[in-house]
Amino acid sequence: MKILIVDDFSTMRRIIKNLLRDLGFTNIVEADDGQSALPKLQAGGIDFLVTDWNMPGMTGLDLLKAVRADSKLVKLPVLMVTAEAKREQIVIAAQAGVNGYIIKPFTGSTLKEKIDKIFERIEAGG
Amino acid sequence: MTDKQQVDSKRIKQAKALTAALENDDHAEVERLIDALASERDVTLFLELGKLTRQIHDVMMSFALDNRVVELTEKDIPDAKERLNYVISMTEQAADTTLNAIDEMLPVAEVMAASVEDLATRWTKFLQREMPFAEFREMSKEITAHFGNSRDGLALVQSKLNEVLMAQGFQDLTGQVIKRVIDLVHDVEQSMVELIRISGKRFVPDMKLAEPASDEHLTQGAGPVVPGVDDRKGNTIASQDDVDDLLSSLGF
Repeated sequence: MKILIVDDFSTMRRIIKNLLRDLGFTNIVEADDGQSALPKLQAGGIDFLVTDWNMPGMTGLDLLKAVRADSKLVKLPVLMVTAEAKREQIVIAAQAGVNGYIIKPFTGSTLKEKIDKIFERIEAGG
Repeated sequence: MTDKQQVDSKRIKQAKALTAALENDDHAEVERLIDALASERDVTLFLELGKLTRQIHDVMMSFALDNRVVELTEKDIPDAKERLNYVISMTEQAADTTLNAIDEMLPVAEVMAASVEDLATRWTKFLQREMPFAEFREMSKEITAHFGNSRDGLALVQSKLNEVLMAQGFQDLTGQVIKRVIDLVHDVEQSMVELIRISGKRFVPDMKLAEPASDEHLTQGAGPVVPGVDDRKGNTIASQDDVDDLLSSLGF
């Protein structure tokens, strides 16, 4: 499975990459904002998107909306990993179609739990 | 009646009195009235001078303030931006150093753990007297090798941990840099208070400014929640469990 990690801070991308490696996911690509992520997604082959929210250029929310609006990407599982923690924001993200929402700071076990949950739901046909 | 209207009304009375005195050839009265008019003029002049002095004072005050504002704009604020960029790069460097050290230590720890696991199993077999001598000889060699590898591995781990320790030194340096920026922000705040005061507007400290009505700051992203600053409105979620509860209560 190929995973795309999008975050404007390279340190965070590195941490998430390491955590995913520990969970057995070794096929990982990165982008540092929504604008460079979208073409990578549209080129195909990516099975899972992990994205931050607060990024210059195109925010993670806008990236999520663009993914859901694209007929080829509409079913792509999207997990948001972000410092944005206002109640309204979580609701906005859920309504925009995010599959999971993790707030920073987070742990490896939270990441595993949310990824597992997303795939359970997909397998159950959700 | 305004000052000017009062002055004009008085002058009209005096002018009428002067005309009457002249028509009556009353030279003493004429002189007296002309002196009175002249001294009125002085009073008006003093009032005008007073106003002008006040205006010059205000302009000079704002001029001095202008200099400070110029200094802030041309030097201090660009400096502050540089300093904060420096903080970003220092913290990134510290994080990279630490992550690199971890990347080097993890494989070593894994190899050591695997070796310990393997040897422990075989040692148990030996203790249960279930190990043939040839196998014991083999294990013995591997135990010797294991000690050597562990010694090297642990030396590496200690060295990397030391690198991680030293990398934390960024906090002291970034803390100092950030303090300087805080001082600058304070200066900017003071200057702005002065500007507001001089412009004549009322300045009410801690005025409850209306929150922006649009959701733009919500969709654009507000960054990490700083306790005491970003959580005053009570709509901040504190933990992952709360996020999960909120989402499931909404049916997601």
